[in-house]
Amino acid sequence: MAVAAAIALVGSALPAAPAAAQADSGQQTLTMAADQPVDSLSPFIAQRLISTNIHRYIYDFLTNYDPKTNKPIPALAESWETSDDDLTWTYKIRDDAKWSDGKPLTSEDIAWTYTTMMEDEAAATANGNFVANFDKVTAPDPTTLEIKLKKPQATMLALDIPIVPKHVWENVDDFGKFNNDEEFPIVGSGPFELTKNDENQGITLEANKDYWRGAPKFDKVVFKYFSDQDAMVEALKSGEVSLVAQPSLTPAQANSLKGAENIKVNSATGKRFNGFTVNPGAQTQDGEKIGDGNPALKDKVLRQAIMKAIDKEAIVDKVYGGYAEVGEGYIPARYKDYYWKPEGADRLDFDPEAANKMLDDAGYKMGDGGVRETPDGDPLKLRMAVHNDKPDYVDTGKFMEEWLKDIGIEIEGQYVDSNLISEKLNGGEYDLIFTGWNVNPDPDYVLGLHTCDARPEEKGSMRGDAFYCNKEYDKLYDQQIEEYDPEKRAAIVKEMQQVLYEDAVVNVLDYPGALEGYRTDQVASFQVQPDPGGNIWGQDGYWSFYEAEPAEADSGGGISTGMLVGIGAAVVVVLGAGAFLVLRRRSATADDRE
Amino acid sequence: MSLSSSSPRPESEAAAPDAAAPGPVPGRRPAGRRVSLRYFAVKLLGALVSLLAVMVTSFFLFRVIPGDPVAAMTQGRKVTPEQREELFRQFGLDQPLWQQFLGYLRDLLRLDLGLSYQYKAPVTELIATRLGPTLLLVGTATLIAAALGLWLGTRAGWRRGSTADRVHTGVALTLFSVPTFWLGLLMIVVLAGGAGGMPHLFPTGGMGSPDVSGVGNVIVDTAHHMVLPVATLVAVLYAQYLMIMRSSLLDEMGSDYLVTARAKGLRDDLVLRRHAVPNALLPTVTLLFLKIGQVVSGTILVEAVFSWPGLGMLFYEGLSVPDLPLVQGLFIFFSASVIFMNLLADFVYPLFDPRVRT
Repeated sequence: MAVAAAIALVGSALPAAPAAAQADSGQQTLTMAADQPVDSLSPFIAQRLISTNIHRYIYDFLTNYDPKTNKPIPALAESWETSDDDLTWTYKIRDDAKWSDGKPLTSEDIAWTYTTMMEDEAAATANGNFVANFDKVTAPDPTTLEIKLKKPQATMLALDIPIVPKHVWENVDDFGKFNNDEEFPIVGSGPFELTKNDENQGITLEANKDYWRGAPKFDKVVFKYFSDQDAMVEALKSGEVSLVAQPSLTPAQANSLKGAENIKVNSATGKRFNGFTVNPGAQTQDGEKIGDGNPALKDKVLRQAIMKAIDKEAIVDKVYGGYAEVGEGYIPARYKDYYWKPEGADRLDFDPEAANKMLDDAGYKMGDGGVRETPDGDPLKLRMAVHNDKPDYVDTGKFMEEWLKDIGIEIEGQYVDSNLISEKLNGGEYDLIFTGWNVNPDPDYVLGLHTCDARPEEKGSMRGDAFYCNKEYDKLYDQQIEEYDPEKRAAIVKEMQQVLYEDAVVNVLDYPGALEGYRTDQVASFQVQPDPGGNIWGQDGYWSFYEAEPAEADSGGGISTGMLVGIGAAVVVVLGAGAFLVLRRRSATADDRE
Repeated sequence: MSLSSSSPRPESEAAAPDAAAPGPVPGRRPAGRRVSLRYFAVKLLGALVSLLAVMVTSFFLFRVIPGDPVAAMTQGRKVTPEQREELFRQFGLDQPLWQQFLGYLRDLLRLDLGLSYQYKAPVTELIATRLGPTLLLVGTATLIAAALGLWLGTRAGWRRGSTADRVHTGVALTLFSVPTFWLGLLMIVVLAGGAGGMPHLFPTGGMGSPDVSGVGNVIVDTAHHMVLPVATLVAVLYAQYLMIMRSSLLDEMGSDYLVTARAKGLRDDLVLRRHAVPNALLPTVTLLFLKIGQVVSGTILVEAVFSWPGLGMLFYEGLSVPDLPLVQGLFIFFSASVIFMNLLADFVYPLFDPRVRT
């Protein structure tokens, strides 16, 4: 009965198939495999990476980042100046930007977007941090925007806030519940327009031909949801998708794609650093002790010795198959202006002998079974908390257990769920704990994670990930945020990294690369960021898809042919099964008759 | 789903002598009806108690999971302490537990399952949009698997020890033991990814192509996307039906009523179809009802491999945060369907088998 139904379904639908194939003809479509659905299409509350990236494409921002150098460049703001007291920023807004419904985009829209986030707590859910220091935002005329600050703030060209149309959004009553998914196309102002949201399956963007910077070359960008990474790679091989980039391919997948026809693997410098932090004696801001970190770790010598026992190059080679860079300072190498590398005698390079000597000299005697003793006479045993859902962390952790054993430290590896990790961190119940952050072109936020204020006010409310507190670091942090000269600011940021490196509480191990695969028969080229060596997906800006060049030969037809053949094969199988069934029954009846 | 409803059901015990009789004697009918009312009442009460227990458990169960939804959702993002507090407030996590529980019960009475943390949308709405795909996929697969399993099981059982029996049982058990995830991936690699120069016969995942429009086209497109996941599910599922059908048919094979039927001169085929199969079907019906109850919970693995936007995937997404309203709501929904189908099985069962009416 079910078999018959299947035959009927496939059979009845077959004649319609050729029409489906034609729907796509004549349009240049770029399809990207995405590993998660959007959580919300409202820029005020969306948190997921896919959502914030899509917002980059459909809404314009005050400024953008140069695709080659990551430096802030004009977008809606054509130029800007600051007042003498550094507290007022005045932006000149371009007059040729339009909303996709034809209305002009003015400074009033920008002022309204920022002010809404300052006044409505729910509207501050996703990006409230950017406006926390704003005193007042005004639009004296349609091409002028004025922002008054409470304190000077050097990050005023890195306000990553999508600007929404006031005439559409001022009618929203509850920003905490409005998902911007009722009317399509969504009124936006970016190089693409969001025209279709197939819930749970994908999202379609179409080119905004009137974009002030010029129309994109692709007519459509489609995000298609996949929940399995290996299936994504197969979809790339079959040509169903043009790009697989989120999450980054594994080294094994990248290697397997290397020889594939019409597929190119982009091995890019990453935005991320991975590492671990050491419990330096967790405390609240008021100095109240939290948790049960090993007190021996308050000793800087021990922390530095731990770093000297770790072979970062081996991590890059063995864990990442070479697709990563050795971690040096806190800011990844991708950001050349802020990148800092320790020099000479300051370097804590892999040298187990030196590490052993440091510990001998500092009074950590080698005890029985190769485990040292603290000066207090306790065995030197440390717990190390590692996210078990990140294979690269787990592999790194296993290596570290071995390396630290070589200098007489016994490590109890706790490979647990991310949720448990954050519980251990908040409770201060760890000795070493893995961490990692995506770093934006402006380093202010990640630097702010290690100020004394980032420690919790009370247990559980921590903002940072290290319980680190160093007055010198804090002083430098306050200086950099007030320094409007980019070069001087960069010098301070480098100095801060030196302080972090020496204290060895926040330890960077590697900058994992991004591995992205795309079809050269669908996309001739992408604009990477930074250029050269940069990534396609997850850029700061809309460059990759905006500048992407379609390949000459359109391969759209291949999919529909496959579809026809596929349905044909299904019909054959089903019919075959049916015939088999009938034949069996006949022969059985014949047997019975005898 | 680890729920088990307490419904003792006779699994083809020694066939009672009157099993072959068409029904109870007419004179005994009134007594039978009175008994059956009590039977229904007991079953209904049992179901209600289970449902109530599920409602209470689901609130506390997911709060035992370690984790901080706010931290999980803001992980790797820039947030100020104010933003964190706002999220706590939005989620209602700033209230004491007992207050959260009362609010939860109050909402539940109004069939309001709350607002998902991640999607900022009502859980009932999320379940509604994902229910269709799951019913389509798992429903189709269950029907095909049951039909195939019953048919092959009958054949295998009727000719126990034959080559056909050994082949069917062997193949079914092998597929049953294969990891679903691996089988699905293998199907994708061979039939969709074009390994070894194979043509790309099927899409690698999802339920449809974004560019397809028009009812006819969408039906073809969806059917095309369904082939691999349904095939995977059928391959893994049909063995259960086959084995149960086979063994219950074997139980019936020695029965006197079959000897009688044969003695009447019926063809072997008719003995099988009219006498043995109807009796042997009973345990399979039970299994089918249980399975239909579980259909809604989807199969996380198959949904994951084939990127099928069903309830199983939704549950998984909810657990990783943990998105408390979402997982609570789904848990209640899954449990309620199992309980409901069990109840339905209890109610329908007497129609098939007069023996349980007492």
